[in-house]
Amino acid sequence: MIATSDWLWELDGWIVAAGVLCAVASSLVGNFLVLRRSSLLGDAISHAVLPGLAVAFLITGSRQSLPMFIGAVIVGILTAALTQGIRDSGKIDEGASMGVVFTTLFALGLVLIVRAADRVDLDPGCVLYGAIELTPLDTVPVGSLEVPRVVITLGVVSIINLAFVVVFFKELRLTSFDPALADAIGFRSQRLHYLLMTLVAVTAVASFESVGNILVVAMFVVPAATARLLTDRLGVMVGLSAVLAAAAAVIGHWSAITVPRWFGYTSTTTAGMMAVASGGLLVLAIVIGPRQGVLPRLYRRWRLAGMILRDDLLALLFRSQERRSESAPTAGLIRQALPVNRWRLRLALWNESRAGRIESVDGGYRLTPVGRLRASSLVRAHRLWEQYLVDRAGVTVDRIHQHAERFEHFADRDLRDQLERETEFPSSDPHGSPIPSEENRDNPSSG
Amino acid sequence: MNRYLLAEAWTRTLLLQDHNTRVVVIATTALGIAAGVIGSFTLLRRRALMGDALSHAMLPGIGLAFLAAPLIGWSEKSLPVLLAGACASGIVGTGTILFLRRYVRLNEDAVLGIVLSVFFGAGLAILGLVQQTSGGHAAGLESFIYGKTASITTTDAIGIGVTAVLTITFVGCLFKELTLLCFDEGFAAAKRFSTLGLDIGLMGMVIVITVVGLQAVGLILMIALLVIPASAARFWTTHVATMAWLSAAIAAVSCLVGALISASVPDLPSGAMIVLVAAAMFVVSISLGPQSGIFTRLADRRARLLPPPGVRRNPSAEDRVAGDRPEVGVGQTKDADRRYPGTAP
Repeated sequence: MIATSDWLWELDGWIVAAGVLCAVASSLVGNFLVLRRSSLLGDAISHAVLPGLAVAFLITGSRQSLPMFIGAVIVGILTAALTQGIRDSGKIDEGASMGVVFTTLFALGLVLIVRAADRVDLDPGCVLYGAIELTPLDTVPVGSLEVPRVVITLGVVSIINLAFVVVFFKELRLTSFDPALADAIGFRSQRLHYLLMTLVAVTAVASFESVGNILVVAMFVVPAATARLLTDRLGVMVGLSAVLAAAAAVIGHWSAITVPRWFGYTSTTTAGMMAVASGGLLVLAIVIGPRQGVLPRLYRRWRLAGMILRDDLLALLFRSQERRSESAPTAGLIRQALPVNRWRLRLALWNESRAGRIESVDGGYRLTPVGRLRASSLVRAHRLWEQYLVDRAGVTVDRIHQHAERFEHFADRDLRDQLERETEFPSSDPHGSPIPSEENRDNPSSG
Repeated sequence: MNRYLLAEAWTRTLLLQDHNTRVVVIATTALGIAAGVIGSFTLLRRRALMGDALSHAMLPGIGLAFLAAPLIGWSEKSLPVLLAGACASGIVGTGTILFLRRYVRLNEDAVLGIVLSVFFGAGLAILGLVQQTSGGHAAGLESFIYGKTASITTTDAIGIGVTAVLTITFVGCLFKELTLLCFDEGFAAAKRFSTLGLDIGLMGMVIVITVVGLQAVGLILMIALLVIPASAARFWTTHVATMAWLSAAIAAVSCLVGALISASVPDLPSGAMIVLVAAAMFVVSISLGPQSGIFTRLADRRARLLPPPGVRRNPSAEDRVAGDRPEVGVGQTKDADRRYPGTAP
C-alpha cells in the first residue's frame, strides 16, 4: 500500500505520466516491429545514435537539444535503412545485420567522441540519457499549470504515433503480414516501412533524452509480444498493447517506491522497474492467458483427457454387455483395461453416474438406456472406422484398432453415416464384431 | 632525432616488444578467434544477437552478487563472486530464451528483445539498491560492464586463451551436430540428437565467451565480435567449416590490426578500432564476396541479361523473368549456360 507521504502527486503523478506516455508511444509502433521481426531495433538504435550526437555536437559546437535530437534521429533512420539493405542481400538475417550496423555505428561514435574529447566535454551518458525521476524538475507553464517539458514532448510523440497507426492501419496490416501481396497489388510497402522506421527513431530518441533508454527498448517489444499472445486480431492487439504498456508504467513506478522497502532499502530506479513490470505482465499472460496460457492449456488438455476416458468407459461397458458377461465389471476390472489412475477413474464414474449414463449394480457398473445409446454410437463409429481403414485405406487388420480408438471420439452422426455409405453398409467389422445400428435416428447424438 | 624516436615507437608496437601491447593484442586476438567460431553458428541458428541479449541479461546477477557478497563474508568487488553472479544470471537468461522459444508462440527476435530489456531493467533496479549500500557506489561495476581493453592483465589473457581452446574443442567435437541444428532442426531431432542439449551447449559457450570478454573488452565489442566476422564470412563461402575458419580469421585479423592501430596512434580506443576494422572487412565482403556480394550480383545480372557470345538472343518471357531474378548467386551460372543447349562455345 502507498503511504500518502511517499506518493506526492505533483512529483509522482508527473513521473507516471511521462512513463505512461513513453510506454504508449513506444508500444503503438512496437506492435509492427514485433510483427516484422525487428523487435531489437529499439536496442540497436539506442546504441547506434552515438555518432549522430557526436557529429551534431561537432557541427554546432553546443549541447543544445534540438541539433542533437535531429542528429540522433537521422542516424536512427540510417540504422534501419542499413539493416534492411544488408538483410536484402539474402545471406544474413535481420538480427545479424542489425548487430553489424549498430556495433559499427557505436564504435564510430566512440572514436569521434574520444578524438574530440580534448576540445570538448561530451559524455554520451549525460547528454543522451535522461532519468525519468528528474521529469518534474524542468517545467514549462501551460495555462495555469506547470507541465514538465518531457510530458509535452512525449505527449506529442504519442499523438503522432496514434495518428499514424489509425490513419495507416489498413496499409500497416497488409505490409506487416504480406509484404509480397502488398507489392503485387501495386502498394509501395517500402515507403510505409520508412515512415514507420522514422517514427520508431523519433520515439526512441525522444524517449532516451527524457526517460532513459531501457524503458523504450522494453516498451517496443514486451507489451506488443504480450498482446500477441492474447489475441489474433491486429486492432485488438494494438489497443491491448497500449493498455498493457500504460499498466506496466503505473505498476513499475509504484513498485519502484514500494518493493525495495520490503528489503530495507529506499526507492530504486523507476525505468528499470517499469521494464520489469512489463515482463511481469508477460509472465502473467503466459501463465493464465485464456488462449495461449500454460494453465488454460493444461486445463483444456485435462478436460479432453477426461472426455476420452468417459467415452472409453462407456464403450468398455458396452462391449462387456455385448459379450453377455455374467457380472458387471467392477472399478478394479475397468482399471486393468484402461490406463488411468484411480482418482481420474473415480471422477469419470461419478460424472457418468450423475449424468445417468451408468448405474451401479452390486459392486459393478452397467449402462443405463441413455448410456447405452451413446455407447452404441461410439462403438459403431469405432467399428465403421475399422471397416473403412481396411476397405478404403488398405491398412492391415492388426493395425486398425489403435487408429479407430483415436478416431471414434470425433465421429459425429454425419461422419458415421458417410463412413457407412463408403464401406457399403457392412454388418460387421473386420474382426467379425457386429456393427451396432444407429439406435435413435430422429435424435442424433453428437460425437 | 624526433623521427628516430617515432620510428622506434612504431617498431616496438608492431613487433610486440611492449609487454602491455603484447598482452592486449594476444588476448583480443584469442577472444576474436573464439567469438568468430561460435558467432558463425549463432548466426546460422538465426540468433546472432544472442550475445547482445545474454550480456544484458548478466546485469541483475552482477548486482545481486554485489549485494550478496558481504553476507557470505567476501569483498563485494571480488571478481569471482561478480563473475559467478554474471554467469548465473546469464544461465537464467538462457533458460528463459529457450523456454519462451519452445513453449510460447513468439518469434526469435521478440524473445531476445524481451529477455534483454526485462533482465536489464531488473539489473538497473538492483543497481539502484546497490548505490544505497555502505560500500556505496556502483562505479566499479560500471567498468566491469563496459570494460577497459587497454588494461587487460596477464591473468585475463590466460583466461581468454583457455576459453578459445575450449570453444574450438567444443565446435570440433560437435561440428556435425551443430551444423545439422543450424540447417535442419527437425531432421536433427529426428536423428535423435538432443536439439535442446545442443542449444544449451551453444548458448553456454556464448555465456562463457561473453563473461570472459565482457570485463576485458566491453559489451559492444563483445557483441560485434560475435556478429560481424561471421556475417562477413557468410559472403565468401557456403561451407560451414570454411565459414567458421574464415570468421575466426577475420576476427583475429581485425583484433590484431585494430589493437595495433590503437597502440600506435594516441586517442583511439582499441575496442572501437577493432570494431571499425571488422566493419571495414565486412564492407569488403558484402561488396566483393562471391556469395551474393553486391558487385558479384551486378556482374552476374549483366551476364544473364546478355546472351552468350555468338548467339542471337530472342528471349522468351520465361527467360526474361528468370534472368531478372536478383537473388541468384554466381554458383548457378551453369544453369544459365544450360538454357542454350548446343550453343555453348
